[in-house]
Amino acid sequence: MSRKVCVIGIGHTDFNSITPDVEWKELMYEACQKAYVDAGVDPRKDVDSFITCAEDYLEGFSIFDEFVPDQIGAVLRPCCTVCGDGLYGLGTAYMQIKTGLMDVVSIESHSKISDLLTMGDILLHAFDPVFERPVMGPVERPRYGGSPEYTKEAPKPLVGSTKEKQRVHPYFLAGMEMQNYLRTTDTTEEECAEVVVKNKMNAFFNPMADYEAKISVDNVMGSEYLFTPLKKLDISPNVDGAITFVLADEKTARDLGVDPIYLSGFGWSSETPWLSTREMFADYASRSSQMAYKMAGITSPKKQIDIVEVDDRFSYKELQHLEAIGMARPGEAGQMLMEGELARDGALPTNMSGGSLGIGNCFEATGMQKALEIITQLRGHAAKRQVPDAEVGLAQAWRGIPSGSGAVTIFERGGA
Amino acid sequence: MAEKIEGSPGYAPGTRVSTKDIVENKITYTWWEPEVQYSWSLGQAMSKFLTGLKKGKILGRTCIKCDRVLVPPRMFCEYCYGPTDAWIELKDTGTIETYSISYLDSDARRIKKPILIGVISIDGASPQHGFMHYFGEMSEKDIHIGMRVKAVWKSPKDREGAITDIKYFKPLEGGEKK
Ligand SMILES: [Zn+2]
Repeated sequence: MSRKVCVIGIGHTDFNSITPDVEWKELMYEACQKAYVDAGVDPRKDVDSFITCAEDYLEGFSIFDEFVPDQIGAVLRPCCTVCGDGLYGLGTAYMQIKTGLMDVVSIESHSKISDLLTMGDILLHAFDPVFERPVMGPVERPRYGGSPEYTKEAPKPLVGSTKEKQRVHPYFLAGMEMQNYLRTTDTTEEECAEVVVKNKMNAFFNPMADYEAKISVDNVMGSEYLFTPLKKLDISPNVDGAITFVLADEKTARDLGVDPIYLSGFGWSSETPWLSTREMFADYASRSSQMAYKMAGITSPKKQIDIVEVDDRFSYKELQHLEAIGMARPGEAGQMLMEGELARDGALPTNMSGGSLGIGNCFEATGMQKALEIITQLRGHAAKRQVPDAEVGLAQAWRGIPSGSGAVTIFERGGA
Repeated sequence: MAEKIEGSPGYAPGTRVSTKDIVENKITYTWWEPEVQYSWSLGQAMSKFLTGLKKGKILGRTCIKCDRVLVPPRMFCEYCYGPTDAWIELKDTGTIETYSISYLDSDARRIKKPILIGVISIDGASPQHGFMHYFGEMSEKDIHIGMRVKAVWKSPKDREGAITDIKYFKPLEGGEKK
């Protein structure tokens, strides 16, 4: 199939730590409206298919799909929700267009994480209920579970004591992984701190970012340990916001008169959920990048790719992901950073957007935030953070704690 | 102990699980109770609507382009995808679009007094614009599609800016006609 798929419109809200002034529907509407105007399409006539990427538990709705059509323009049209990071939605849209089933597809993903009051517990709910959750805190077994006589009185503790209410915060998993990463690659905590310094500085040049800061390695190293070796500033803070893309086949893009950016490669991969069996080297990123490189005809990623946005929701993740996608050998990414290679004028500008550390953790919109920066850069619209002559860019996202899943997309300015 | 099932078909002999088996932990299962709490910001349309309810008013939004009055109100029209135009105060009367009489609670237990529940189109709004609510002061025999109804409100001091500031809808005195 020779049909080429391109991004013809992007739209996004500002990103803010809290958004009490808008409902999640209004947030989605703003991002979608902007993307449709950017693409020059009327969603009620020109968009053939609509995709949102959302996780029911984060939203607080069972069957969240049912609540999205109005605000994205999809009433009585083909519409579906992908339960995962926004990049999976881009991949789904890519396939719909590539097969010729659809010509124009909209993809939306967002974070309204400030609406969720018990994030830690929701993430714990993603761990194995037999082997992992009981170890993370007390589990009370009902005396007559499942029987008609079931009462909540005097439940029988399965593990721990009923007086203990504390459960461990699920981010300890990132601490474990970082421990392993530092040990096996000889990367240092200071190098990870340098990632935070770089990304928070980059965020100054991105008007949508909420966590820009001029800080030093000492500030990061001096911030309190939360999950050793992770310190407070190594962890991206939460943020609300929405991002929408409009994708189309090349001919439609030309007819609309927009300057297309081609989606030339896409890959995704999932590891086993068994924590003790899973590799701790972001194999999901490695596999998904190899799939995307093959599709895009990239044989020498470091030479052929001009700019990358990788998942940096924890500082070490940026270095680990760069190594996993073949931009550095294990242990090399930290050195590249120290030598300035990941800066705007370096060999491999990385997370020019400010990344999750500078913008905030957008949850299911994280991959879209990465892709948004690549599109903005390839269009030449990145103002002060613009990387000169950027032609090919890569966006990579991980599904977050406790997953071992992720996706990679490759975008190109010229014809793919 | 598990008991043998009397009269079980020959092709599926088996033993029934008893409550005792569960009480004595002879059945393997695991248990987890997540802490799940949300607090959704309501944004412009819903906030104004709920503030209206507190004052005993039902508010809608107009879309001039589609010639619609939207209840519940929203800041954008899902048909034309444009922003809606203005606020409008509506009556607290309407028509039953459809209903059901529910004899079970959410755990499928039979309840003594059946619940009359349905959707109401609010007078002055576009057709099929309104919301779901309870019905009261009417019998299971009286309720019907097309029935004219009126809101019964909580006293002003008890209202809190919620859909339940309306207690239920009762038959509208004096008429089946709009
Ligand atoms: Zn309209």
